[in-house]
Amino acid sequence: MTTLLINGCRHESGADPDTPLLYVLRNELGLMGARFGCGLGLCGACFVHVDGAVVASCDTPLWSVEGKSVVTVEGLAPDDRLHPLQQAMLDEQAAQCAYCVTGVIMSGAALLRRSPHPDRAEVVEALERNLCRCGAQNRMVRAVLRAGGGDA
Amino acid sequence: MPEPAVLPKDLAANPVLARWIRVGGDGRIGVRVGKVELGQGILTALAQLAADELDADLADVRMLGADTADGPDEGVTAGSLSISTCGPALRAAAANVRMLFVTAAARDWHVDPSTVIVHSGRIAGPEGQRSSYGELAARVDLEVPADATVPVKAAGRFAGTDVPRLDLPDKITGRPRYVHDLRLPGQWYARVLRPPSRGARLRELDPAVAGEGITVVRDGSFLAVAGPDEAAVLRAADRVRAKAVWAETDTLPDEADLDAFLRAGPHETIEVAADGVNDGTSTEPTGTTVAATYRRPFVAHASIAPSCAVARSLPDGGVEVWSHSQGIGNLGRAIAAALGLDPGTVHVRHAEGAGCYGHNAADDVAFDAVLVARAVPGIPVQVLWSRQDELAWAPFSSAMVADVEAVVDATGRLAAWSYDVYSQGHSSRPGYAGVPGLLAATTLADPATYPAAVDPPIANGAGSTRNALPGYDLPNRRVTGHRLTESPIRTSAMRSLGGYFNVFAIESTMDEAAAVAGADPLEFRLAHLSDERGRRVLRMAAEAASWGRAVPEGTGLGLGYARYKGTGAWCAVVAEVAAEADVRVRRLWTAVDVGRVVNPDGVRNQIEGGAVQATSWTLLERVRFDRRQVTSDTWESYPILPFSAVPEVLVELAPGDGNPSVGAGEAAQGPTAAAIGNALAAAVGVRVRDLPLTPEAVLQAIEGM
Repeated sequence: MTTLLINGCRHESGADPDTPLLYVLRNELGLMGARFGCGLGLCGACFVHVDGAVVASCDTPLWSVEGKSVVTVEGLAPDDRLHPLQQAMLDEQAAQCAYCVTGVIMSGAALLRRSPHPDRAEVVEALERNLCRCGAQNRMVRAVLRAGGGDA
Repeated sequence: MPEPAVLPKDLAANPVLARWIRVGGDGRIGVRVGKVELGQGILTALAQLAADELDADLADVRMLGADTADGPDEGVTAGSLSISTCGPALRAAAANVRMLFVTAAARDWHVDPSTVIVHSGRIAGPEGQRSSYGELAARVDLEVPADATVPVKAAGRFAGTDVPRLDLPDKITGRPRYVHDLRLPGQWYARVLRPPSRGARLRELDPAVAGEGITVVRDGSFLAVAGPDEAAVLRAADRVRAKAVWAETDTLPDEADLDAFLRAGPHETIEVAADGVNDGTSTEPTGTTVAATYRRPFVAHASIAPSCAVARSLPDGGVEVWSHSQGIGNLGRAIAAALGLDPGTVHVRHAEGAGCYGHNAADDVAFDAVLVARAVPGIPVQVLWSRQDELAWAPFSSAMVADVEAVVDATGRLAAWSYDVYSQGHSSRPGYAGVPGLLAATTLADPATYPAAVDPPIANGAGSTRNALPGYDLPNRRVTGHRLTESPIRTSAMRSLGGYFNVFAIESTMDEAAAVAGADPLEFRLAHLSDERGRRVLRMAAEAASWGRAVPEGTGLGLGYARYKGTGAWCAVVAEVAAEADVRVRRLWTAVDVGRVVNPDGVRNQIEGGAVQATSWTLLERVRFDRRQVTSDTWESYPILPFSAVPEVLVELAPGDGNPSVGAGEAAQGPTAAAIGNALAAAVGVRVRDLPLTPEAVLQAIEGM
């Protein structure tokens, strides 16, 4: 058994300790916000926070997060509320297919925590590990700026 | 708006109103169309149209997923046609539904229907009578055919406004929405072990290494592993793959010389135009000839999610399938054809996937899921492709090569235009050429053939020759396509088909011809363009970009223009490109005319996204392969545009002026590539004719001067 702390709740997983965290989130916990994109940590669709750091859950083995705090997009805001960046994404209509957007939100939210009012260059740098194929990047950058109270 | 004499085409084909719209006792209005959400926001725009015709609140309209057993069959969601084909059909259906409810209320109240008012889903009579869609729902029969004489409205509350996307709240919070998120009771997971190379045949297999709880499915060279635990299935796939023995052969052409491959044939010749000197009605023009050859490589869809599907085998021998296919009806029929099933027993429901830019692996993975599901009857099976398979095995957009010759006469006008384009076909969708068109069907013990891709007919926008005929006023034109009729590389439709490359080649030539004529590229285009809506978008983009202004050394401005398919949206783009250590697109000013706009922000989003994606194709993308297999199968070997390289994109929308809607989804692809190419030429003083426009390609072009 691996003891996990996911979005503030304890979870005991009987999965093989080498199982990537992503499959436990999606198949044991029903948390679909982290999404499979490449399995190699190269696209960002599966990003979660582990002790506050942005981590690709598709190639993070379960054993490595034992005892650490994992936060998924579902745990960014309490109850059914939206994180300010989620609201900003809606305000900017910052997506097309939106498959990548939860991962982008995780990158952006981590930036906003360490730099609450980032400038454009900081935002672009923070999102550089995320890929978007639909071409909604400019809207996503504006959303992070908006959530940071900056001029979008 | 005049009363329609006949039903819109999609409604005439599916005339029963209940196929489109159902009203519940709670007032909820379920709308089911045959077009599907691909990330383009189509269901939101269609909900706006339905709510307007029904005089309902948007919140009461529920857009339901397309379903082969329940809902209209509207073919494929492609070609930027959903607003122009589904839009009128849905509006007419909704107007009919509204009329039936008004008639029912008027009958109850013994009043004339013309005195009954509908607002926000509430129905009111002339003497204060009150009812609603919900209250009347049980008594209004929608299992009736649409009446072509029921008028649709000229305007409404929602069309023309920036209604936010209805599906985004789910998608930004992570609520299950994609087919990838589907978890049916007792569902299994499966992975397909694609051959290590094209044409490889499975010789030896050790199913025992899969381990306990894992089912190995094999049919000829189709190989899959399935089980209830997804991570265990992944580990089993690795073990089985390590022990499988395949017979491999060289089947692929030389990637370094696609020009020779494309020209070698055999070809189908496609005559697009031959007039003036080419049909003997005028004499040979004289002037300066601008001649050049342009090339593009194969390009991948590279959707951010690998393709995925769920299937379940039913006791009656049929199957049910959940798929993000663009054409669920065609997919169902292709599955039936591949397996010898009655098409009526294959039930396909659309379930959303990640961004779809054409015929990707959505249909292939659905058939994979069916093959596995038939081996474990009753168990729903989800198949998800790997990133590597998605980049290596999904159909590609074809490599192309074009020879252009333009004659500029002594007055600076174009006096002749000759264009030959060589390409593989741009459609191998399920059911094309009379074959299933499903990848795995070609590897079964009893394999289906998979002929080379075909092209849509010219009347439907063509494929290799899409946009090959310039929209300019030109004499002495000859435009010919040459489609390869044999190829080992699977190609199919990708956003704008051949249009992206043809516009790149044509508009590059227009700039070179302008230089010969000593004319400004904008003025040269306007001098050859009588299409007023084309002239307007060119002027709008140029004005937005302050065309003609001085730019720093190493920076260039370039222009690109086309009317998509010759029948769709008008789009002009100005690019600002800086070429130093790398090629950087700084800004794109786009102007587009799509006629009546249903959702302005939706159109902007499509143009912005199309421009950014076209920038990625143009600067970076090239499918790599050796003589056996595609080697560009990760984001490292097939890079797409990162956030830091995304240009700023400005979108100017031309006023609708009451013109019919044409689609927005593909309009920006060609003009963006052309504008970037022309801006790069302006920046570095040498023209790069081979896509992608990498720093290496620029150096090669400079060395080749």
